[in-house]
Amino acid sequence: MISLKDVERVYKTSNATVHALKGITLNVKQGEIFGIIGRSGAGKSTLIRCINLLERPTRGSVIVDHCNLTTINKEALRHARRNIGMIFQHFNLLNSRTVYQNVALPLELMGLSKKEISSTVHPLLELTGLTEKANEYPYHLSGGQKQRVAIARALVNKPKILLCDEATSSLDPKTTHSILQLLRDINEKLNLTIVLITHEMEVIKSICTEVAVLHQGEIVEQGSVLALFADPKSDIAKEFVKAATRLEMPIALRRRMRPQPTSTTHPVLRISFMGQSAQEPFIAYVIQHYELTVNIIQAHLETIRDEAIGIMIVEVMGSADNIQNAIAFLESKGLHIEVLGHAPRST
Amino acid sequence: MLHDLLNALQETLFMVFTAGFFTFMIGLPLGVLLSVTRKGQFLANPFLNKIFGTFINAARSIPYIVFMVALIPLTRLIVGTGEGSIAAIVPLTLAAIPFFARLAETAIAEVPKGLIEAAQSVGASPKQIIYKVLIPEALPGIINGLTVTLVHLVGYSAMAGAIGGGGLGSLAIHKGYHAFQTNYIVATVVILICLVQMIQICGDYIVHGTLKRQ
Ligand SMILES: Nc1ncnc2c1ncn2[C@@H]1O[C@H](COP(=O)(O)OP(=O)(O)O)[C@@H](O)[C@H]1O
Ligand SMILES: [Mg+2]
Repeated sequence: MISLKDVERVYKTSNATVHALKGITLNVKQGEIFGIIGRSGAGKSTLIRCINLLERPTRGSVIVDHCNLTTINKEALRHARRNIGMIFQHFNLLNSRTVYQNVALPLELMGLSKKEISSTVHPLLELTGLTEKANEYPYHLSGGQKQRVAIARALVNKPKILLCDEATSSLDPKTTHSILQLLRDINEKLNLTIVLITHEMEVIKSICTEVAVLHQGEIVEQGSVLALFADPKSDIAKEFVKAATRLEMPIALRRRMRPQPTSTTHPVLRISFMGQSAQEPFIAYVIQHYELTVNIIQAHLETIRDEAIGIMIVEVMGSADNIQNAIAFLESKGLHIEVLGHAPRST
Repeated sequence: MLHDLLNALQETLFMVFTAGFFTFMIGLPLGVLLSVTRKGQFLANPFLNKIFGTFINAARSIPYIVFMVALIPLTRLIVGTGEGSIAAIVPLTLAAIPFFARLAETAIAEVPKGLIEAAQSVGASPKQIIYKVLIPEALPGIINGLTVTLVHLVGYSAMAGAIGGGGLGSLAIHKGYHAFQTNYIVATVVILICLVQMIQICGDYIVHGTLKRQ
């Protein structure tokens, strides 16, 4: 549905050259909710704005719904943009227009009649729960209501794609949840492809199917959300997962840990399991079968898009061979094991 | 005396509001142009912006009295005479346009960039952005600018009276100053003060109306 090929964006200012995007290649499939996560300044906004060409890439191509947007003329681009809705962190509603008039704006621009406009706008106000607010001005609305208006406005052209630039970043957690729920609903009801960017793992976790991690203008990791949680590879992804699961080793233990094993240490592991493997008692099995003592330091269990996932940090005591075998066994069952370090036996 | 005053007031109102009308009609597009061609804006054109900007700054730095005298030949060309309140409208308008254009430019530049992007993201053309986004969103600021401009026009029109422009200024000079009738001076000053107050109150009222929804 969306395909970015080797997209670069360079900003030249009077005293510096910023490589905001350094060769991004990305594919988003029809119907996906694709999340892009990164720290502030990573290039997220630049990237999502390249998809509808609000930002023109310095190099590379942007193909949306089989159309290469970087090569078409202005008129064709305006036309193509009607197929790509967008919502923003600060809502960007017109203060001089009521809720109804804000949602109607894109249709007005196309020159539709009042009747046609009304018959499209009202169902959307209904869908976004704004029917009662139709004649209010944005000034009188809460943040969540404003974002709903923005969503209705973005959907009024019946686009195939919705771009969300930090759409929940200025909302409180409860409102964030309701907006994300709405996005998931419209993704299912309208079979809409959604690309969203955020700096919050919570957002990715609650609605995305695929995720890419953006760091300093590059995609450092990409895959299913579940896989990212179970087995983050890059340092930046590890940090995001750690922050989201609040799994942090106690400082006392971390101070004691060594990078290399010795005869008096035992390993500290991060074990993650998901889907089917979360249902079966593998840990109990290895404790018995390999004669291990397992000390659970921290554990985190949750459901991500209807799939169970668990992450544990454990100290494992037993013979070195048995520990090796146990790890191999667990990995063969689809669990992800990472050796975080080696802790000396506590006295 | 009342008759004189009413006549003069009528002339002043005619000059101020006719000049105000033309100022608005020409100054607003100019303000839009200056704003949207700024660096980083959606129709950025530094060259055009620089040319118009320089021109406007030059026009604004000429004292009005010099402006008025220098324009007499042009005025003759446009309205056929260099005197009277109709003739005064030409220099008044030309002096007020750059002033109002700058105020309109500022008001429009204050419309958040995000609103322009939101409009672009739904396929708005530059023209549509101007008519559907920039002008409606900047309207309170534009009306404020127009109010200030009209108040300035009242002052300029009184000055125009000094060189045969008619209106309250002319009355104060001829009947009041030259003929030593102090009551004329007092009366015209009072009327001018009231007029300025009225314009300000009306302007504020309209702005308040457009802001009530915000
Ligand atoms: N218009 C611009 N001019 C110059 N530099 C810019 C511009 N927009 C963004 N940048 C720079 O590009 C980088 C990425 O910015 P952005 O995409 O906004 O990051 P994010 O949305 O992830 O916080 C930053 O270093 C930022 O300073
Ligand atoms: Mg951003």
